[in-house]
Amino acid sequence: MIENVTEAMLPVDEKYEIKKHRIQKGTSQKRICIVTGTHGDELEGQYVCYQLQEVLKERDDLNGIVDIYPSLNPLGMDSMNRKVPFFDLDMNRVFPGDSNGSLVESVAYDIIQDLKGADLVVDIHASNVYLREIPQIRINTLQSEKLIPLAKHMNVDYIWVHSASTVLESTLAYSLNDLDTPTLVVEMGVGLRITESYGHQLIDGLLNTMKELEMLSMEVPEVRIPIVSLDQNVHFLNAKYAGLFLPMTSHQHMVDKESLIGKIVNPLTGEILDYVCSPCHGLLFTLREYPLVNEGSLIGRILEL
Amino acid sequence: MEKKVIYELKSLYRDSLRIMGYQFGEGKPTICIVGSMRGNEVQQLYLCARLIQKFTEYEEKGYIDPQYSILVIPSINHYGMNINHRFWPQDDTDINRMFPGYNEGETTQRIAEGVFHAIKDFAYGIQLTSFYIPGEFASHIRIMKTGLEDIETAKLFGLPYIVVRNPRPYDTTTLNYNWQIWEAKAYSLYTKETDVIDEKSVNEGMNSILRFMYHQGILTKSMPGGYMTEIIYEEQMISLKCQKAGILKRFVDVEEHVKKGTLLAQILDSYDASVIEEIVAPMSGIIFFLHVKPLVYGRTAVIKMKVE
Repeated sequence: MIENVTEAMLPVDEKYEIKKHRIQKGTSQKRICIVTGTHGDELEGQYVCYQLQEVLKERDDLNGIVDIYPSLNPLGMDSMNRKVPFFDLDMNRVFPGDSNGSLVESVAYDIIQDLKGADLVVDIHASNVYLREIPQIRINTLQSEKLIPLAKHMNVDYIWVHSASTVLESTLAYSLNDLDTPTLVVEMGVGLRITESYGHQLIDGLLNTMKELEMLSMEVPEVRIPIVSLDQNVHFLNAKYAGLFLPMTSHQHMVDKESLIGKIVNPLTGEILDYVCSPCHGLLFTLREYPLVNEGSLIGRILEL
Repeated sequence: MEKKVIYELKSLYRDSLRIMGYQFGEGKPTICIVGSMRGNEVQQLYLCARLIQKFTEYEEKGYIDPQYSILVIPSINHYGMNINHRFWPQDDTDINRMFPGYNEGETTQRIAEGVFHAIKDFAYGIQLTSFYIPGEFASHIRIMKTGLEDIETAKLFGLPYIVVRNPRPYDTTTLNYNWQIWEAKAYSLYTKETDVIDEKSVNEGMNSILRFMYHQGILTKSMPGGYMTEIIYEEQMISLKCQKAGILKRFVDVEEHVKKGTLLAQILDSYDASVIEEIVAPMSGIIFFLHVKPLVYGRTAVIKMKVE
């Protein structure tokens, strides 16, 4: 059943609606929510929303509720805009929202009300248009004890337990976890594109997790064991110069200390401005996709192993 | 006056981003004024330009106490301003959500760190800023309640209002918040406009800064006038929201006193101009914020009122 989570009128003959699809079978009231599209330029979750439904149609062992929210920011998604157009606001900085606040704040409030109480919420992000990420789950240190065991069922390659930041308190995931609704943030792929293999990997993880929640009873795919690490094992590579970044290795590869990640060149003068090298032996789990860099732009992240 | 580069960022194809500081006096770092941090804060840029003009004149006439120094940074994100874009052009991040910054981080973190390094030790910090919802404000000083705030001193601006705000999580990365953490007395000055220049409001804002500086002994030339400032806690203001969407027709202006029952605005149907909603003052008070764009969404705070 398709339902409206929230709605409001737009100035000229258009209704602003956020929709969900509820798939309910059996007698159990267990509920998993698949949420994506908070940022309008992240599309990896679109494939997961579609393909998960295809997979569930083939199974007859679902006992519970699967709620699919494919686009929390429909105006942004329609206009290839990461933020909420008109307000120029990052929607993932206004949670838990405010029923008496501006439109975006009151919509955020409605979303929280709809999601809270679920047995699990999976919030799927797709990095941004600049960086490509391997399938990973990011967990705030403060919420790690409860979430790591759940995240291990999800068939991701990596679980990054990052330090607490006050800014992150305004995210959907933090707000829901704060309300005792377990919420996992998945990051995978790159903005404006779909990586089908990552989608399938995550769907296998969702099926496995649903079995752990006793929402599925029959066989589910085997899942991989993720690496779990804290901030101190993650190295950031930032551009020393503005220029054109040309990668010289592949994403999701093991790299040795001082091996070449890429180079920054100047197409005007023909110079090589810098070679970007790995500071350690580890997994290159983030790699720049958008070639132009400012001084400071993130080029990659390496998990030291 | 010494004009200096506070921070420089080289670009591949554009001219370098140079964040300029105008320093007056050579004494201890006393007051820093930061203008436009977003690319649409034109009023804030102009207000700083007028201040620089005034301080140049004051310096020539000996009106600046030599034991103090003043720093004015008129613009930070002119890469955005020059292409009519509010946030950082390449990644759309907001520099005012990057403080105190990080010199080995991403571009806007580096800009924030470069600026903050130059201004964190000033005793007073004034940021000229704007609200994320496009609208007009009654001029006021806004202070974040960090436990380190100094509301009494803020009265010396002589503006009609001081608004005290409880910081939300995302406020902790603003310049104002971090200035306070570094023990500066920090004030955000909101004037009426952002994208366009309102000369009267610029004059009021400029005079309020000159008045504050005179009372602190930084300037020796007085600035008469000013208001008996009223302190408003943000939660004391009421938001009047429309439920319908359409064309907004306003009947009042900011800082106008209205009586209970006054018709403040109408929402008109965008196809036939019929009135589909009326917004009426639920109590007597002062109009503090007005939505100004002609088109309005449903569930939007069109007016904020300070109730009498």
